[in-house]
Amino acid sequence: MNIEKKASEGQMIEFLDVHKWFGEFHVLQGINLSVDKQERIVICGPSGSGKSTLIRCINRLEEHQRGRIVVDGIELINNIKNIEKIRAEVGMVFQHFNLFPHLTIVQNLSLGPIWVRKTPKKEAEETAMYYLEKVHIAEQARKYPGQLSGGQQQRVAIARSLCMNPKVMLFDEPTSALDPEMIKEVLDVMIELAQEGMTMIVVTHEMGFAKSVAHRVLFMDFGKIVEGNTPEEFFKNPQHERTKLFLSQILH
Amino acid sequence: MKQAVQAEELRPPVTSIGVIGWIKNNLFNGTPNSVLTLVTLFFLWKTVPPLFRWAFLDSAWHTTGQACREAAGACWSIISMNYRFILFGFYPYEEHWRPFLAMMILVGLLFYSRDRNHWKKTLAYAWIIGLFAMGLLMKGGLFGLPSVESTQWGGLPLTLLLAIFGLTAAYPLGVILALGRRSKMRGIKVLCILYIELIRGVPLISLLFMSSIIFPLFLPEGVTFNKILRAQVAIILFTAAYIAEVVRGGLQGMARGQYEAAESIGLNYYLTMRLIILPQALKIVIPPTVSILISAFKDTSLVVIIALFDLLKTTQSVLSNPEWMGFSREAYVFVAILYFLGCFSMSNYSRKLERELSRGD
Repeated sequence: MNIEKKASEGQMIEFLDVHKWFGEFHVLQGINLSVDKQERIVICGPSGSGKSTLIRCINRLEEHQRGRIVVDGIELINNIKNIEKIRAEVGMVFQHFNLFPHLTIVQNLSLGPIWVRKTPKKEAEETAMYYLEKVHIAEQARKYPGQLSGGQQQRVAIARSLCMNPKVMLFDEPTSALDPEMIKEVLDVMIELAQEGMTMIVVTHEMGFAKSVAHRVLFMDFGKIVEGNTPEEFFKNPQHERTKLFLSQILH
Repeated sequence: MKQAVQAEELRPPVTSIGVIGWIKNNLFNGTPNSVLTLVTLFFLWKTVPPLFRWAFLDSAWHTTGQACREAAGACWSIISMNYRFILFGFYPYEEHWRPFLAMMILVGLLFYSRDRNHWKKTLAYAWIIGLFAMGLLMKGGLFGLPSVESTQWGGLPLTLLLAIFGLTAAYPLGVILALGRRSKMRGIKVLCILYIELIRGVPLISLLFMSSIIFPLFLPEGVTFNKILRAQVAIILFTAAYIAEVVRGGLQGMARGQYEAAESIGLNYYLTMRLIILPQALKIVIPPTVSILISAFKDTSLVVIIALFDLLKTTQSVLSNPEWMGFSREAYVFVAILYFLGCFSMSNYSRKLERELSRGD
């Protein structure tokens, strides 16, 4: 496959010296990161390194305690209206899908557009069907999440985020809870999304995905971004000892 | 033909299917169960025929109290001769059709609301009109209906009034209290905890006493509140505290991911609760909620202590009449049947609702 790897101009997300503590635990220790529009970033690192916390700060599922985070020109501060506005622009896909089990698939997808964007119901359902087609799962529209396989549920979760027409998509270990044979169908959908120029930040250990899709791969450890580079350089010439150790562990 | 014979041969032995098989599997599988079955059969043989004779063969159905005393069996006459008073209390005799009609409207509406396909705007209007009609029928004073003071209300309509309005008002209040108790705003949280713990810390009887005896002391002279209304409020406040704790249990059972998913598509607190969290949490707690509603329904009989004539009190009044004294068994069986019908239909409805709501699982 041949994916255009040049990011266009303009900044989408900016972290300036961001710190966060869980109680006494210093989980983010001075993060500086700038993400351009249409840029695709993969974050990897050992568990507990703060990578999930980092992307959860972007839509304020976690609150940072020091530093600045700016998303699409809006700074994340305790203004509830700002936060809701940012959340509507930032799509998020979770490790455990988090679909709404009491609603059908099409209701899961049209809920956000109807209640947050005030789209008429009929139009919202048409949009929902459009994105379900896109993730190759339109025939399941009237079922409930519990009736779908893990891979199907995760594709529905991606479609649910897309229905809000987000400017950025965050993926928090989207394939970690899946059986091996279902990982590919989810990654394929994510690759298609990348080909359309979506800005993406993906926390994952799928290094094949990182190689073919990412503009930059970041390695995090102990709450810091240890190094970041293009996939070619990152995998060929890791600079730090910890990065080398980590790569040797996951690439066998 | 040959095949048919073969099929015949392949049938399981007679002793493992049909009536004989069922009896063998369920009543006589092993020594302990066989013994239990025999003991139960003996017990039934000893009790059912005499009970049947008492209730039906030797009973008096439509006689005076005097004739009843000569009959060997049950005196159902206490019901048939007094049912109007038991059901309607001191409501003027010739106006009894009014509370009867009001109850019929109520039962009709409840029955129609059973089906979730009927939950539309028209149903809400039907309830508003129905409630207005019921109030008009009970109170009168308009359209040529003689006015009947609420002090004369009693019996079954009073029980239903206290129960149904008590429960429908307590439920939303309980949900709000549960949400308040989990709120991040400290003031609201503390208020809700205080309310729930205080109300749960006292028996319903003491709340009823307070509402009827202490509360009026705080009112300026000449201002009085309707006694039924005060009892109603006490029941609502009491039941809401219990519902709040059950609902809180349901809220705590919700996975964190559901909140996060709702927040990540930009839903605010109110919409998250209304569309995502409450529909799931309230479904989980249907069984314990119905237990509370059923016990609240039965607890309405405690209003006798503030001298309201609910169903149980009107029955007791009949029993204090010298002509019918001593026939309490029959009277209480009758009242028990009425209460049972109410409670059983509640649990029946909740099971139906649960089945309908669990389609997604």
